Parts: sequence; C-alpha cells; structure tokens
Amino acid sequence: MTIYNMYVFDKYGTLLYYGEWNRLRKSGITEQEEAKLMYGMLYSIKSFVCKISPIDTKEGFLYYKTNKYALHYLETPSGLRFVLNTDIGATNVKEFLQQIYAKIWVEYVVKDPLWTPGSPVSSDLFKLKLDDFIKQSSLYGIRTI
Amino acid sequence: MSRQATRLDAKKVNSELLTLTYGSLVSQMLRDFENIDDVNKQLERIGYNMGMRLIEDFLSRTSSPRCLEMRDTADKVQQAFRMYLNVQPTISNWSAAGDEYSLIFDNNPLTEFVELPPDMTNLRYCGILCGCIRGALEMVQLEVQCWFVQDQLKGDNNTEIRIKFIRRLEDAIPAGED
Repeated sequence: MTIYNMYVFDKYGTLLYYGEWNRLRKSGITEQEEAKLMYGMLYSIKSFVCKISPIDTKEGFLYYKTNKYALHYLETPSGLRFVLNTDIGATNVKEFLQQIYAKIWVEYVVKDPLWTPGSPVSSDLFKLKLDDFIKQSSLYGIRTI
Repeated sequence: MSRQATRLDAKKVNSELLTLTYGSLVSQMLRDFENIDDVNKQLERIGYNMGMRLIEDFLSRTSSPRCLEMRDTADKVQQAFRMYLNVQPTISNWSAAGDEYSLIFDNNPLTEFVELPPDMTNLRYCGILCGCIRGALEMVQLEVQCWFVQDQLKGDNNTEIRIKFIRRLEDAIPAGED
C-alpha cells in the first residue's frame, strides 16, 4: 500500500497544492504544465461521465484505475478538487479524502488568515500536518519496491 | 441538538464574547468612517469574505451535496445558523416562483445588549449576516441577493432577512477549451 502524490485544484482549475510522497516516475514536464494537463483531463472525464451515464449522476466521477495505480477524485460542492494517486489495493480512499478536506484543508488552509482564497498554499503548518496525516494513514503503508 | 453537538465537536464559545467583539468592531468602524453607508458596505464585505471561508467549514462538517433547489438551500442556511450562531430562524414567505424566501429570527445573538442611537437608523447593524450568506452561497455557484426587511433594533417584532435567488453561476471551464 502506498500513496504517490496529491493535487488540490480550485474551481477555476488553479493548482492550489501539490504534494509528493512515493512518486517513482516523473512526467518530464514542469509542475505547472502537468497540473494543467491533469485538470484538463479531470474536467473532460467529469463531463464525459455526466453525459454518458445511463442513470442519474449524483456523485459523478469517483476514481479510475490502471494496472499500476489508481487515481481518486473528490469534488466538494464549493468546487475544490482533491486528487490522490495510490496503488491499486487502496480502499476507502473517498472517506480518506473527505477527512483530508475536513481535518487538514479546512483547519490549516481555510482558517489561515494569511491565505488568500484562490492562491496556491504555501503554509508550512499545512504541509506538515498533511504529511503527518498521510504518513499515519493505513493507506500509506510501507514503501515497497 | 446535543447529539449533533457531540458529533460535530465544535469548539464552544460564549455567545456574549461574540456579541461584544462584534459590537466593538461596529463601533470602531463607525468611528473610522463616520459615514454610515460606508460602514454598511464594509460590514457586508467582511461578511462576504467570512462566508467564502465559512462555507468550506460547513461543507466539510455536514458533507452535504450541492443543492439543486432553493428549498434545499434554505434548509442548509437554516442548519448553518443553528451550527454557527445557535439560533433557529424560521423559513417562510416563499414567493410564488419559489425563488425568494425569508429567514425570521425571534432573537439574534449579535444584537443582545445593543441599542441603536436614534441618529443611526440607517445603520444595518447585522449587515455582516447578509454578506456571509451571499459569500457562502456564491462559493456553491448560487448568486443571491440578501437584505433586511425587518430589524428588531429598529423596533420591528422580528428580524427578517430576505433572500432572493438571482442565478446559478456556471462551472468554470479550463483555459484553452471552449
């Protein structure tokens, strides 16, 4: 079990935070480029899922999986998007993302008066708390390979 | 209520502290601006900025989905007042189109111990609440208009805030796509 990396976007597609833990392969493009690519894909998947779904889409896009990794997606009604890449064995990641939102994001970003809404997060306290939270979760596990 | 309080595990603050802090904010602003319209504007702006952040706290605690109907929204706003100010406003006076409603407060924690001097009748003492509602709803893609119809401070029986739905804001499209 492991967590690779995490992106947080706001509703305008701005990358608010990027965190990396066990990422084994780099994309070879700059972080900004990568974020744009990622956001564009998420946006497309989201609208694709909504259009193609044969039943009512309450939750919409939740995650996708490849042979090697899984990408989990949480969108809040206020338009924040949390994206977490994990290995394919991870379970209950949606609850985990919800907890990151409630316990870390709201506490250390939204309640930080020095943070301007819509701008990237640079708070060290947030970084520290997020790091602790991720490393203590059962999803993080021991690094393999 | 008690069940909910334990579940949400909020830090409790004495409401008198809030009332007095808010009171000193308003009186400081009256000293700073002199012009009451400016104070009204600033209170609304402060509320708006608060609402923009407060909504995240609200959403993370209640994990409620996006509202599709104004009646859902009204319930959520009511729930938020219970959560943050521990008052339960009554929702009433729906317009025929269902896009406008009133929140009626029997008592308002912000206005305890407050009396408006007679020369300040156009001060909207609780304007911060309107701004807060507007800011919070804007973050969930709802543009609303929000104003006071009745105010206990001005001798009315109740405090009444009117909320009118203007439009649903569109989700942003990433740059470079049409």
